[in-house]
Amino acid sequence: MNINLTINGKSYSQDVEPRLLLIHFLRDIAGLTGTHMGCETSLCGACTVELNGKAIKSCTMFAVQANGAEIVTVEGLANDGKLDPVQEAFWNEHGLQCGFCTPGMIMASKQIIDRHPSPTEEEIRHGLEGNVCRCTGYQHIVNAVKAAAAGAGK
Amino acid sequence: MFAQKFEYTAPKTLDEALHLLANGAKPLAGGMSLIPMMKLRLAAPEHLVDLRALKDLNYIREAGGQLHIGATASHYDIESSALLRQKCPLLTETAAAIGDVQVRNLGTIGGSVAHADPAADYPAALQALEAKFVLRSEKSERTLSAADLFVDALTTALQPGEILSEVIVPIDDTRTGTSYLKMAQPASGFAIVGVAARVRQNAGKISFVRIGVTGLSNRAYRATAAEKALEGKTGSAADIQSAAALVARGVDANSDLHASADYRKHLAVVHAARALKTALSRIA
Repeated sequence: MNINLTINGKSYSQDVEPRLLLIHFLRDIAGLTGTHMGCETSLCGACTVELNGKAIKSCTMFAVQANGAEIVTVEGLANDGKLDPVQEAFWNEHGLQCGFCTPGMIMASKQIIDRHPSPTEEEIRHGLEGNVCRCTGYQHIVNAVKAAAAGAGK
Repeated sequence: MFAQKFEYTAPKTLDEALHLLANGAKPLAGGMSLIPMMKLRLAAPEHLVDLRALKDLNYIREAGGQLHIGATASHYDIESSALLRQKCPLLTETAAAIGDVQVRNLGTIGGSVAHADPAADYPAALQALEAKFVLRSEKSERTLSAADLFVDALTTALQPGEILSEVIVPIDDTRTGTSYLKMAQPASGFAIVGVAARVRQNAGKISFVRIGVTGLSNRAYRATAAEKALEGKTGSAADIQSAAALVARGVDANSDLHASADYRKHLAVVHAARALKTALSRIA
């Protein structure tokens, strides 16, 4: 089946098998390997991308379901070498150690700030429930979201 | 993990979707349950019809003194609906407790209800709300109550070729308070036990009680003995306790590695008492 997607502003048109998962389209066809595949059972959140403005897990969606959609992956955030405020905050606040979960954490964090421009700690933790990090103990990630929200409001 | 090969159709109209379903295709909505099952090869439909593509199944509106929710309204659509927050806060509270943000962005109320997972959250609230469900097929349309829709674990009264197209819930007056409370399984967020309480007070007495329980047994149910025990009472701590003690009585409780049957029953009693207390405290 032929599908058309816009990923990070660039159009892709491709024949795919209906059973191809969106994450495989992103990584293997579009070559955007920033989106990680972790558990592949929609629990860990490493594969989180933005689809028409909403954070979704790309391991639990067939690429054909995204036909016509606009997708943003972690590669689509930085502009001309300048990091997105959320990326900047993860760096400054040590919101990562090994970095495997980071692309998904950053995409989920963007959703939190989109919906709650000044999020409370409870809103941040509720918003990160779908993302698992095995290194940081989450505290630095929560701090990073707070810092990003504070910085983005300036 | 790849699913078995299947054919995929994104129909333009509900009639086209119903025609395909009448010919053996399986409906796909948010996919939050079906896709993991397909990846694990627990399900291998030959033809999927994507209902999310149908814009005319995604709505939340008030009509005829009731609230009508289209089957493909997502959990996020429901949790963020100002109309529901005002007129059916039990449903927004329940939707906000499902899974995680990413799941709520895609998962739909129709898909969740039709899947009928015994640990899903909505069935408790929909039992307490005495919701009605519109079932459509190419040739028929019928409306069922929650009591008739939920048959067993992963089993509803839906027939082959039939889809759940709409959920209808009542609008309560301001003397009604509601609450949904669950013990969540930490990894999945599913309810080990979840209790929805809906309580109305009149002249200092409880005039109406509905209690929906999920997670405890193979299907969500209304705890009618507990409801009766609380009706006509003032709602004191002792009243709540003695009513809550009845929610799990006579129920064939599930047992798994997360919780034994006895522990689940205990959780149901504790959560029923807390949900009732919170619901009473929310009466305006």
